[in-house]
Amino acid sequence: MRGPVAELPILLDKVQVAAGKISILGEISLTISSGAPTVLIGPNGAGKTTLLRVAMGLIPPTQGRVTWGGREDAAPTRRAIMFQRPVMLRRSAAGNIRYALKTAALPRDGWERQTADLLKLVGLTGLAQRPARRLSGGEQQRLALARALARDPAVLFLDEPTASLDPAATVAIEDIVATVAARGVKVVMSTHDLGQAKRIGGEIALLHRGRIVESGATGTFFTDPKTEEARKFIAGELLV
Amino acid sequence: MNTDLSALQLVLSADPSLIAIVRLSLLVSLTAVLLAAAIGVPLGALIALTRFRGREAAIVALNALMGLPPVVAGLAVFLALSRSGPLGAWGLLFTPQAMVIAQTILVTPIIAALSRQTIEDLWVEYRDEFAAMNVGPFGRIATLIWDARFSLVTALLAGFGRAAAEVGAIIIVGGNIDGFTRTMTTAIALETSKGNLPLAVGLGLVLIAIVIVINALAWGARRAGERYAG
Repeated sequence: MRGPVAELPILLDKVQVAAGKISILGEISLTISSGAPTVLIGPNGAGKTTLLRVAMGLIPPTQGRVTWGGREDAAPTRRAIMFQRPVMLRRSAAGNIRYALKTAALPRDGWERQTADLLKLVGLTGLAQRPARRLSGGEQQRLALARALARDPAVLFLDEPTASLDPAATVAIEDIVATVAARGVKVVMSTHDLGQAKRIGGEIALLHRGRIVESGATGTFFTDPKTEEARKFIAGELLV
Repeated sequence: MNTDLSALQLVLSADPSLIAIVRLSLLVSLTAVLLAAAIGVPLGALIALTRFRGREAAIVALNALMGLPPVVAGLAVFLALSRSGPLGAWGLLFTPQAMVIAQTILVTPIIAALSRQTIEDLWVEYRDEFAAMNVGPFGRIATLIWDARFSLVTALLAGFGRAAAEVGAIIIVGGNIDGFTRTMTTAIALETSKGNLPLAVGLGLVLIAIVIVINALAWGARRAGERYAG
């Protein structure tokens, strides 16, 4: 483990993202602090993926600013993201993790042990030498999670990590996320699975049409929603 | 029928003049492919990953150069290497080195254009992951070339096919000198015109066999690699 790096809190201050004349995120202000996972929920097209990418530092805001630990230009050394459809490099499962360790500039003499530890964490020890692209969907998702964790992140962004998985594979991912969160890694995750948001989230933010319409502690959010959109979403009604 | 039998006898008897011709042909073409790969693959990767003014025109030019007529390439190299040319002082005209230069010029656009396409396709896949892992430009190029290496074999094979089959360029810059710059293709052209069909057919058979063997080996290497790396 490397020493603590001030990635947190992540502050989004009146962040707007637009593609041409189309607004994707509209004036979002959000503070991501250490602690239990933050879960972004909302219908498709609400802006969850864009918000995660902005918070990761992959997309610059069109308006507003983002700071990591108070700095706007902080290099993403202790941030990691797992995309909704992660792409496996054309290497073995272990090779994918080693690549991430290398790009994170972690000392070479620790690679083998860290690779073994991460494969064990995600339950892929027996498949270490298997070409990553030959793994099943659930296995690839777990490997992508291990690859993200190889960066030894202080903050881990997960974009719909179980969107295309069956219940057993979903449970496996959720267990790993819980383990990682318990180790002190700040998890910021998007999902449109309300059950998952309840199981994992410490705090919830509901996005709709590029704006955060309601946010708060998970318990309060689900038992006492303040907005019409949140009430509808929780009730399973369509938000259009 | 007699011609076929004589040709076969010539091949089977491992005629020394035939062996020398085959050896030189392989040496020239494989060296040209290696040099073209050293230039073409990084060039293809660079064009695939960078955005610059005139990029589209560069891609069109590269694709067009894949069809560069060998005699034109040969003529250009001839003019450059001839005594009064800009590189005349090198004294390379009518040497195997001149043939390597001419074939390298013919093969480089093929390898560069096919590499660009292969690497760009992979880059579209990897782009987000590179950004997420904060991989720098050199790291990106190195990773893409390494991960696309089995697909790039096809580009090298296309280049080798072009070099091995080519006659127009090397006959101009090599001169088809017996025992010095005579290759399989130039010898076939000469022997056919002289009516020495057994040697021409024998060389033709060897040339086809070599191309098949090299393609088979490359295919095997690619399949083995895919099984290993996915």
